[in-house]
Amino acid sequence: MDSSDVPEFTPNHRVPPRLRDYFTDASPFHRHLESVRKHTSFGQTPFRRKIPECSPLQENVDPQRIAFLLHKQWTLYTLTPMYKFSYTNLNEYSCLLKSFIAAEKQKGLAVEVGEDFNFKVIFSTLSGMKGTQRDPAAFLVQIISKSQKSSKNAEEKVVWTGWFCCVYGDSLLENVPDDFTCLPLFLANGAESNTALIGTWFQQTFDCRFTRLTISAFNLSWMAAMWTACNLEHYVAATELLWSVPCSPQSLDISYAIHPEDAKALWDSVHQSPEEITQEEVDLFIDCLCSHFHRHFKINLAATRLVCVSTSVASAHTDGKIKILCSKYLIGVLAFLTELAIFQIE
Amino acid sequence: MTYRDYYLSPAVTCRLDQNQRLLGSAGRKALRLPVTPCSQKERWIWRRRSSLAELLTIRSVSHLCLLAPYLHRVGNQLERELASLPYNPAEGSSDVVPESPSPERPTPATEQQMSPTCLQTSVAAMSSQEAGLSPVIPVIPCTRLAWKMRQNESGLGPFNPQYGPSDGKEEFKSAESEYAALQQAFKYIRKAKKKEATLEKHLQTVEDIAWTSGLGPEDIDTLLEVVLSSPLRGDTVKSRMLKCLIPTTLIPECAVVKAFSKLCTQNYSNSIKVIFFRWLIAMFDFIDHKEEINSLYGFFFSFLQEESMSCYICHLLYLLTKKENVKPFRVRRLLDFQSKVGIQPHLQALLSLYKSFCPDLITISLPQNRKYYFKNTDNIWQAAICIVKQRNRLPELPSMKLSFGISASQPQKKKWNSGCIIPMPTSSYTGKKEQGKGGSASLDVIQKVFPIEQLLMFSHLLENIQDIQLPSQICSVLKNSPLLHYLNCVRDETVWLRLYYWMSQVLKEGCTWYKVSDYTTEEEFKSFLDVVGKAQCFLQEGFPSSEMFLYRSLPLWDGTSCRSEYLQLLSWLPLGNFSEIRTLLRDSLAPLFFTSSIFHKCSVLFSLKQLLQNWLLGYAMKVNVKTMMSTSSDITLKVVDSVNELVSFVGWLSTNALRLEENNSFMFHFILDFFETVSDIYLNYNLPLVVIFPRGVFYPALLTLDSVTLNHLCYIMYRYRVNLTAAKENDVIREERQKFNKTYRKFNDYVTALVDCLWTSTSFEKGHFLYIDPEIMEKTKIKDYKKSFNLTNHPALLVYSIYFLLQGWPGEKELALGTIQKKKWNWYLDYLLLEDLHGLHLFMESSLNVADSASSASSYPDAKRPKICTSGPISV
Repeated sequence: MDSSDVPEFTPNHRVPPRLRDYFTDASPFHRHLESVRKHTSFGQTPFRRKIPECSPLQENVDPQRIAFLLHKQWTLYTLTPMYKFSYTNLNEYSCLLKSFIAAEKQKGLAVEVGEDFNFKVIFSTLSGMKGTQRDPAAFLVQIISKSQKSSKNAEEKVVWTGWFCCVYGDSLLENVPDDFTCLPLFLANGAESNTALIGTWFQQTFDCRFTRLTISAFNLSWMAAMWTACNLEHYVAATELLWSVPCSPQSLDISYAIHPEDAKALWDSVHQSPEEITQEEVDLFIDCLCSHFHRHFKINLAATRLVCVSTSVASAHTDGKIKILCSKYLIGVLAFLTELAIFQIE
Repeated sequence: MTYRDYYLSPAVTCRLDQNQRLLGSAGRKALRLPVTPCSQKERWIWRRRSSLAELLTIRSVSHLCLLAPYLHRVGNQLERELASLPYNPAEGSSDVVPESPSPERPTPATEQQMSPTCLQTSVAAMSSQEAGLSPVIPVIPCTRLAWKMRQNESGLGPFNPQYGPSDGKEEFKSAESEYAALQQAFKYIRKAKKKEATLEKHLQTVEDIAWTSGLGPEDIDTLLEVVLSSPLRGDTVKSRMLKCLIPTTLIPECAVVKAFSKLCTQNYSNSIKVIFFRWLIAMFDFIDHKEEINSLYGFFFSFLQEESMSCYICHLLYLLTKKENVKPFRVRRLLDFQSKVGIQPHLQALLSLYKSFCPDLITISLPQNRKYYFKNTDNIWQAAICIVKQRNRLPELPSMKLSFGISASQPQKKKWNSGCIIPMPTSSYTGKKEQGKGGSASLDVIQKVFPIEQLLMFSHLLENIQDIQLPSQICSVLKNSPLLHYLNCVRDETVWLRLYYWMSQVLKEGCTWYKVSDYTTEEEFKSFLDVVGKAQCFLQEGFPSSEMFLYRSLPLWDGTSCRSEYLQLLSWLPLGNFSEIRTLLRDSLAPLFFTSSIFHKCSVLFSLKQLLQNWLLGYAMKVNVKTMMSTSSDITLKVVDSVNELVSFVGWLSTNALRLEENNSFMFHFILDFFETVSDIYLNYNLPLVVIFPRGVFYPALLTLDSVTLNHLCYIMYRYRVNLTAAKENDVIREERQKFNKTYRKFNDYVTALVDCLWTSTSFEKGHFLYIDPEIMEKTKIKDYKKSFNLTNHPALLVYSIYFLLQGWPGEKELALGTIQKKKWNWYLDYLLLEDLHGLHLFMESSLNVADSASSASSYPDAKRPKICTSGPISV
């Protein structure tokens, strides 16, 4: 055989790059490793954050689309960068995913790609759902079932929805080469079995990995503070915090609801700088709420765990479930979730 | 016609007949053992043995299961008969395969190797454990048949003695007559129109020859042609002949093509077709080329219509299919067929092969529990195939037939994205766009692809290295060693990134002491860490993700869970600035080290030794690569610094650990092991660095109670001397004289201390390391305390000196260690060497200048007082 046929494997050509070479001094990964070496443990989060605000890019999004995403409970996942994902192939992906789901549902039976079934899979981009221009476009995946009764005006019903997004994901993006698409946040609504199927397909096709994103009590208190800080013209729901008391046989939940305007007033008294929120302010805000509760009920909430926060902006549960209520602060909420997701995958 | 090889006594034959009935027709074919009564007693004993030996060469497990009852009975029978016969030792003693067999009837002395005892044991072993037969069966390729097969294996010609090396006339004749008989039989069968006695005779001839020695390529060609063009109406004769198609070596492709084209054109009954396809499947590995057969793919494919043979056709297509055969219309045909027959395992297998070639055309998800997708290889030919394979020395490859069903080995997962489950490699999907936009026009340029699902062995990798695409999920390489090899030569950087993302996630999720999720048990995580560790070992470098994981999880580690696996990760920390890992080792590892059990300490020390070795090996490799391009003194200096710091860190750990564990000798072993590596850095790894171990290790080792430790210490001192002597020549070291002077001085101090203590007994004198005020020593009332650490009195060596006296002078009533002097002293030194204290001996040879300049303890000519010995320090 001509030696030119196998240039990649002949040792005299060049020593193939080693793992280590890729993480050399100059690469961003090395910087990342360095920072890991210095911190030496998990759990470093920023001490101050910006107040969430609307992104100018959000205006590009179809309001109907946004409305579709609101008032639904989403289960949160993190996703490592997807390898060789291409926005131009979305139609093809929907075709492949559809036949994959069909094949999985009837195990052992082969399915031709492109065949018609009683459901559809639709991939569509959510343009504008990003913080900066650098963020890759978000996209939506829907499973729509077609009722077979009347073929003429077939009723279409959305069975499952999931979307991938990245809002202000700069810290992750700068490290990742072009072959990868970074959409670290995945939100799913629908049966878990469908999520499993679709997740498996994405994992197999784009060599990525899904992990449930849980929100710690610490981050929940940040959410409580940040969302209270939002300026809303009218409030749709009370500010409610849920504390869980670990006791057997069943855990006891303490619900603590405040009028949103009272909460805002409390926050305004705690808050100083108009642009950013600091860790001290968040701690103080929660401490004030707790001491108020203690004065009335003689229960020390500091000994319990914050498991759920709901405000007029959004509500979040420590399990990693979120419901977004306000379209104005959608991007802000997603930005914080993206930050948490990036933190988990790094 | 003679049957040279098989003779059985009437008694055995009778049993055999019974068993044949049990075995069914397939077994009967396989065991066809014609019988000729024999008059000479000796001869038939041999023959029976050799026939059994012949049977024993058949190694296939399943076939042996078939044979088991038979072997068992024959074995017992033989055992009984052999026991009653006089044993001729000459028979058993020859164990050389004869270069050329005697022309006469083979005599026991040359032809057979199996001693009766050997036979008995093997038979007994077989009967006792019928299930796991194959490993205990000795392979005895000693019969005439086997010998002939070997002689013939290189040539592709028919088995024809004219070309063979045979020099015996009878042999020649019989083989020639066999050839003639075969040709005659072919000639006859070709024309035979009716079943009759002569035909039967000829059929018998062909069967006998085929089942004993197989048919050469030409004969197979002829026989196939004869069968398929025979004017006979009935199928029985044809199917009998088809079953005789057992190759001696290989099957010519053209014969198959010819036969298949006949099969397509003329009207044959389905049973003949089925037998032909079954034969093709069974003998697939013996067909010399497959290109032309593959070009008939469409014709084979068209046979799918007939449901009765669809399972054989699917199997055959499975063997034949290449990427270029997978076409949309075939996919559609297969799916139509599927909708007609429903879920069939053979069809599933073929479809999933199609999927692995073209994931964008078809999808299928196989159920988890199925293991076999095709019926087992036909047992008509199984025995024959084994013999042919052995004859051709084909390695026992798991052929493609078995490559499915691996998915079954995966455990049922609890949740779709949880746990440390490493998927099986599957072909990646490449977008249609990348395959070419031109549709049918671009079909010719479709890249050849070897489906990754079939890459099971290194040989597969070697044959298809150009056509391999990385699996869709890169993590699946971790458990697949051919793919790890491939990873080693692949130049795509994204591979490492994909692995990095995946692995960091899984390590974080699975880590049982950093609870992200409760999905993984410690056992699972342990085995995952083990897989990662093995892959790192295979690639000879650590993954950045596991390094990252170490930094993050070590501060939280309890020191017990997954200890050995976790510490294995530690030993692959990359070689960089020591300052980078100092915090990790000092702040996280050291506190854990000091507060944990001795076993933990030992495992940490062991992994630090591994770490040092990995660094040094990595450096040696780097230097080898770089020497051609440029001198790399700055790299060297960096490495010298890091290694130096690591060694002093371990020195600090060991000193404190020895105090904590009261100089435990088990731990000493690990510490000295580490410093043994250190002592050889210069010579073994070519790194200009010699670091002497700390006092905290040296003195406890010198005053130990354990002879192994003392011996090890002496050995290390010897290695230090060799390295230091060699390093004097090195340029770098010469440049940094000042620094190294300290090293030499330290070493010389140690040597002096060691010699003072063991040989000259001056360590208690003023200015020496054990100096204590003599007045105080007087008060202890120890007699002759000065000598209490010399070679005879040292607590670690006391056992030897006492045994030495007890063994040498058993009559002496009093044990006086002081009497080991002069001649006895030298005997004592010899004795220590005999007791494997080589380290001591090497040290003595290298560091002591005996006045008489005799180097070996055993060659001391005369009494030389040890006091004459003086240590030879290395001049600075």
